[in-house]
Amino acid sequence: MILKQLSVFVENKEGRMKDITQVLKDSNINIQTASLADTTEYGMLRLIVSDPDLAKAKLREAGFPVSITDVLAVKANDSIGFLHDLLCKLEGNISSIEYMYTLPTEDGPVVILKVANPEEIEKVLEEV
Amino acid sequence: MIWNEAKECMSRDEMEHLQSTRLVKQVNYVYHNVEYYRKKMQAAGLEPGDIRGIEDITKLPFTTKDDLRNTYPCGLFAVPRSEVVRIHASSGTTGKATVVGYTRRDIEIWSECVSRVLAMAGVGKNDTVQVSYGYGLFTGGLGAHYGVENVGATVVPLSTGNTKKQLTMMKDLGVTSIMCTPSYLMYLTESIEEQGILDELQLKSAVCGAEPWTEEMRNQIESRLHIKAHDIYGLSEIMGPGVAGDCVYHKGLHINEDHFLPEIISADTLTPIGDGEIGELVFTTLTKEALPLIRYRTKDLTSISHGKCDCGRTTARLSRFVGRSDDMLIIRGVNVFPSQVEAALLEMGEVSPNYLMIVDRVNNLDTLEVLVEVDEKFFSDEIKELENLTKKITHVLQQALLIAPKVKLVEPKTLERSEGKAKRVIDKRKL
Ligand SMILES: [Zn+2]
Repeated sequence: MILKQLSVFVENKEGRMKDITQVLKDSNINIQTASLADTTEYGMLRLIVSDPDLAKAKLREAGFPVSITDVLAVKANDSIGFLHDLLCKLEGNISSIEYMYTLPTEDGPVVILKVANPEEIEKVLEEV
Repeated sequence: MIWNEAKECMSRDEMEHLQSTRLVKQVNYVYHNVEYYRKKMQAAGLEPGDIRGIEDITKLPFTTKDDLRNTYPCGLFAVPRSEVVRIHASSGTTGKATVVGYTRRDIEIWSECVSRVLAMAGVGKNDTVQVSYGYGLFTGGLGAHYGVENVGATVVPLSTGNTKKQLTMMKDLGVTSIMCTPSYLMYLTESIEEQGILDELQLKSAVCGAEPWTEEMRNQIESRLHIKAHDIYGLSEIMGPGVAGDCVYHKGLHINEDHFLPEIISADTLTPIGDGEIGELVFTTLTKEALPLIRYRTKDLTSISHGKCDCGRTTARLSRFVGRSDDMLIIRGVNVFPSQVEAALLEMGEVSPNYLMIVDRVNNLDTLEVLVEVDEKFFSDEIKELENLTKKITHVLQQALLIAPKVKLVEPKTLERSEGKAKRVIDKRKL
């Protein structure tokens, strides 16, 4: 499955994360999962939310640089070797995985992957 | 269109003759009406009769901001208060404000000078001009306002702030020209683009000044707003905006030199230097009544050129300003101007030209940090890409400045936007 992920540039300043969550809460948007990649000076907050387009509009209004990126979501099962097997299937079809994190859902966890070619990979996984 | 062909297109001889006559008169006037100047001239062994023309200008002592401070608030005024019809003041970053005054005739000449610059930008009586300089003690707002009225155009006195209202008025009143600081116009440009209202505007020209800007910034404004942008120069001590302005050929700013006698001096030796060489700009007012100034050192660095312009004007022209001698930063022994950073960023095209330079000294070594706003148009969600961008900016700035800065990306619109003047430098070394 391909999901729309929200990426927000955030400076390492006190209270800045809270400013983001405030905007989302006020707009009645649910954060399904959040992942923060940080450097010494700024961070990149990646979010899967209930309404990515609305979230983007609201965050832009609040002055955050924000973009929507397509990411690949793969249902995970809680078993030994799952991730290894997944990576084996992907081998040869992707140049690199830019980043990865998980999204908890009612049906169990989902692995989120940022790859250059999410549509192609999705097909590869369906075929297997 | 030339506002005052008789004055703006004089032959060199005629101009120098006029300047000489007016200089002799102004020196006499100052000697007899301003005690501070009389004492200064006497200390230099000078009498008014020693000045017989502009060739004698170098005999006269300079005037600096310190002279204005020493005589705060009105010690250099040459007329009694009953003749002063207006006061303006500029806030000093250090110490007291500098107070300037105008007689009724001074205001008339000021309006005439602004009118000449508006004509250079093609503004005439059929135009509607939005004045978005600050109104008040700052000379920008009222100076521009009187010039627009003198031209006979419709003035919309919006002053600064409230961007939403600025854009609504611009749209609803069919504003054709705007006067404001270049950085504020950049800010308005971003807002116009965000709201997607460019097609609904009738803006044709902008006359910007009160802070130094670069050719790249002018190109951006012109191409993004589809208008012509002109430069207006001035300083409150001499008059305010309108001392000089650039015509459609943009080959330097025409000085209203029948009212202000320019000189370029070496900032080190204080001696005059030739055409085309960069030095400090010095002005002597030739017709001022309330606050005449003799050889006032502006601290602005530029060069001057004579010779007829393609537009037909013969007045001397100032090249684009390199910066101010007091804006110049010496970092690790290298001369650095904020304008260089702006030009480099604009040329790169991948970031917004909004930046802040922070200079510090760590373990006796100067450090330069440059904060640059991330532009959403070029924003990547991959840290790798942002790091590449940081490296690229560092490289470009290093090429331009000859020293390596530390570049830090910041959120858009977090750096202070000027509705008056932009803050571009924080020098933490000065204790
Ligand atoms: Zn010209």
